[in-house]
Amino acid sequence: MRRRWLYLLPAALFVLLAAAFYRGLGIDPNILPSALIDQEVPDFALPPLRPEDGAGFSSADLKGHVSLVNAFASWCAPCRTEQPVLNALAQSKRVPIYGIDYKDKSEAGLAYLAELGNPYVKIGSDAGRVGIEWGMYGVPETFLVDRLGRIRYKHVGPLTQEVVERTILPLVARLEK
Amino acid sequence: MTRLALLSILLWAALGHPALAVRPDEMLADPKLEARAREVSKELRCLVCRNQSVDDSDADLAHDLRVLVRERIAAGDSDDQVIAYIRSRYGDFVLLKPPLETGTLLLWGGPVLIVLFGVAMIGRFYRGRPAPAPAPPLSEDERRRLDALLKGSGGR
Repeated sequence: MRRRWLYLLPAALFVLLAAAFYRGLGIDPNILPSALIDQEVPDFALPPLRPEDGAGFSSADLKGHVSLVNAFASWCAPCRTEQPVLNALAQSKRVPIYGIDYKDKSEAGLAYLAELGNPYVKIGSDAGRVGIEWGMYGVPETFLVDRLGRIRYKHVGPLTQEVVERTILPLVARLEK
Repeated sequence: MTRLALLSILLWAALGHPALAVRPDEMLADPKLEARAREVSKELRCLVCRNQSVDDSDADLAHDLRVLVRERIAAGDSDDQVIAYIRSRYGDFVLLKPPLETGTLLLWGGPVLIVLFGVAMIGRFYRGRPAPAPAPPLSEDERRRLDALLKGSGGR
């Protein structure tokens, strides 16, 4: 048989497929790619948690400087683990952090911030519609927005010190250049 | 009589009914628009439960998306416009049926390619084989034994 190599083809295909599946094992299925990377942030204007605070948080706040936008909620358990990380980042004054209190009662949101600290420059309260505009499917989610108001990076799930140091801060430095 | 009623209730329950996730307060007054909204939300994946459509899911986000779909339809958007809007926010993953594009050609064409490959391989296998040689004619001795055997079975 001169085409004996053809019989090796199924085995070769299997090896390729197995390699692809093995690679797939390392992918976290809970993290979906964002469709909004490199897109301009959606137009929005959110009311503040306390009416007496005046302005809430709107897309105009994100123009002209690099900023971090973090969606949180008092009912969200993983948010509690990232709050100290956000507080530390806010204290370093490296990048302003804006908050979206997602599907939350204002009093509950305020109590949450009183308990865990408030790293946010501005906070808007969202009933869910702005979250859809941002392509959010849960909390916490964090977005890095560049000077021109374009979303450049999205992190799903709680931020850790490691993510901040290895990904967020280097990106901030690059975007500020 | 009570037994019959009980039996019919049990039967009815056993048939299994799809739980409706769509709440009455979400529905549009116009049944035509509502039907369109349902068709659209059947195409959309619930991002929280992943393998349910927005129309099936009880998740909060699915509820929000159902309301959004209905608002847009009521505002006069076409079905495609509504889907395009949600796709622009959540990407291709939100579509339960992947679109046919250059990037998904392999996905859609893969099964056809595999079948074609299989057919080609089978064809090759049979064509490559030499035709079976014709059997040599029976000898005088064999023919006699065969006749005897055939007669023996026919006489039974």
